Amino acid sequence: MTLLSLAGETIGWKEHDVLVGVDLSIQEGETIAFLGRSGSGKSTLITHLYRRLIAAGRATALVPQDHALVPPLSVFHNVYMGRLDRRSSLYNFANLVRPLRREVAAIRPILAEIALEPEMFRPVERLSGGQKQRTAIARALFRGGDILLGDEPISAIDEKQSAVVLDTIRRRFSTVLLALHDVDLARAYCSRIIGLRGGRIVIDKPSGKIERGEIEALYAA
Amino acid sequence: MRPDRKGPAGRHWLGRREVGIGVVLVGLAMLPFADLEVSTHDPWRHVSRFLAGFLSPDFNSIRSIAWAVVYTVAFGLVGVFIGSLAGLLLAPAYHLRPVRILAATLRAVHELFWALLFLQVFGPSAITGALAIALPYSGIFAKVYSEMLEEADRRPDEVLPPGSGALSRFLYARLPMALSPFRIYTRYRIECGLRSSAVLGFVGLPTLGFELDAFFKVGRYESVAAVLLIYYLMIATNRQWLRPSLIPVFLVAAFGLLITLGGPPFRMENLVRFLTEDIVPAPLRDASLLASSTWDQLSGWLDVLLSTQAFPGLWSTVVVTQMALAVTMFVALLGFPLIVARLVGKVPSISGHLLLVVGRSTPEYMLVYIFLQMLGPSMLPAIIALGLHNGAIIAHLLGRQADALTPTLRPDAPRGFNLYVYEFVPRLYGNFLAYIFYRWEIILRESAIVGILGVHTLGFYIDGAITEIRLDRAVLLIAVTVLATFAVDAIARGLRRRFQLSMNDLASREGSAIY
Repeated sequence: MTLLSLAGETIGWKEHDVLVGVDLSIQEGETIAFLGRSGSGKSTLITHLYRRLIAAGRATALVPQDHALVPPLSVFHNVYMGRLDRRSSLYNFANLVRPLRREVAAIRPILAEIALEPEMFRPVERLSGGQKQRTAIARALFRGGDILLGDEPISAIDEKQSAVVLDTIRRRFSTVLLALHDVDLARAYCSRIIGLRGGRIVIDKPSGKIERGEIEALYAA
Repeated sequence: MRPDRKGPAGRHWLGRREVGIGVVLVGLAMLPFADLEVSTHDPWRHVSRFLAGFLSPDFNSIRSIAWAVVYTVAFGLVGVFIGSLAGLLLAPAYHLRPVRILAATLRAVHELFWALLFLQVFGPSAITGALAIALPYSGIFAKVYSEMLEEADRRPDEVLPPGSGALSRFLYARLPMALSPFRIYTRYRIECGLRSSAVLGFVGLPTLGFELDAFFKVGRYESVAAVLLIYYLMIATNRQWLRPSLIPVFLVAAFGLLITLGGPPFRMENLVRFLTEDIVPAPLRDASLLASSTWDQLSGWLDVLLSTQAFPGLWSTVVVTQMALAVTMFVALLGFPLIVARLVGKVPSISGHLLLVVGRSTPEYMLVYIFLQMLGPSMLPAIIALGLHNGAIIAHLLGRQADALTPTLRPDAPRGFNLYVYEFVPRLYGNFLAYIFYRWEIILRESAIVGILGVHTLGFYIDGAITEIRLDRAVLLIAVTVLATFAVDAIARGLRRRFQLSMNDLASREGSAIY
């Protein structure tokens, strides 16, 4: 079933248009990697897709590139914010003042899966870059839903951890759309690869059928 | 940037220079209207006795001074605490016009005016002191907190799940992002609260101002010196003993102490009478609102009050304000080099710092009070004291910026006076003007308040009305003060926008110290 389709759309960020003439159709259950140099329009596309899916009422989780965490709050509270819409303000307030046992129990296994459990009650501002990124991922995992959108979600995580995180993501979401910088991971984990260059889609193929030369051309100066 | 509109002569800078000269000229134009008489018989004898007091301060009354310190801290902490809580509640709604007007009104009425009003209702009690600080501070906190929220990073809020409740969004994603500047600013305000609290003593609360007033009245200058020295010690060391981790302990103790403070018992009927009778214009009390004679009497009442009190008081307030503003400009420009090591040398810059610290940490009211003792009641001591206090505040800010500029100067930069006029003054002039316009409204409020000391500004008439227990008149005169504050604020804001003067470092402690 088609999840979303764009036909010849121009997608702008503020005044200047970043993507021009985008033709794109996404099916449910797909795992797609967006590749391209920085400034090629990946972030714009991810943000646009997120807004479209939210507007369509689809349960969508997002890992934004800048993480958008709240530094003075703990990992637990930042992760909990993924479900801030599920509970009353009073419940949320109580949980902010003192973490509620039932929420701690729900969040602990998620953090355990991505090796962040020991940091559960540390303020995010005292974490390393990789730990912050995993906090943003945990927030998306806790949010749940059918679809995950990630803008460079594993850029600050080492190789071994990246594999674990991608496995977890793929297990928990049926449709996964990721902007990635690591070409090998993209080919290994995603069924379809979309290459962006200069604000246009220049590659759109199943990852098995893609040539190394094509990808090199994507990143060539 | 529009270089084409600036022209070769740099029209922009010329415009700014003219506006600065204009403010000075307005101050000078007030000279014919200013009462600058020195009315004490031999002012130098007073000055020398006052200064001599510092050579042999008399600490015999240390017990009562120590209690005054305790009460100063207690009222300051409790007042700032309540004010910050109220400000925090108002800040998220600050974009709403009624909230903005409420906050602006609360802060446009000086602590001392609030205190004079509450003294009529609650007597010299804990409630009077705490509310007198809490109300104006809540207006300031609401404004500054809301600006800080405005400037805080919004990304965490933007990525929250759609449909999250407004309160949850605020508590999880907005408030924590502004918490750090909140803390820094609130800590700075606690110091201001100590000063405000000390000043409340002048109208009868048991804080340091009360001791100072008592000793001045009997001419015990050695004891005056002791009170002032202890006051400076308290302010200078407050960050050492009033540590963030201890503040909750201090707060509990302060609440405990104030609850045990004697004073007349709280009577609800007093408050009701105050609100429903005392502040109602006299012709309207117990009168038929349908009879035309009632309204004739009201307009007569208003006419007399405006023409014999409000307008003369307002005019004197404006005269004092404009002259004090001009003095402030001179003190700021001539004062800031005193703390710049590159200009005056390292050792002299330390004594310069000391001078400016005394100038800005002595509350303006206290400073005017001291000058008035020396020179007698006229506009002169008020203008000098307000100019010195506000000038020292701005000089301090400019001096720190000049210090920060020093490493960026070219290696062959001029020295001494040439460095001052060619590098520092032109570079800092924009900030200088911005600060002047920020302080303008504050100087107006201070000019009004020093009327309590006998200068014929609005405070003089307000104090008179309260002494005669004509609170309806007092409230109307306070309203005139508030409107004047709003007007000056609007003009200053227009000028700042016109000349593109802004302070970008509002979130820092130094930047926010301009309020």
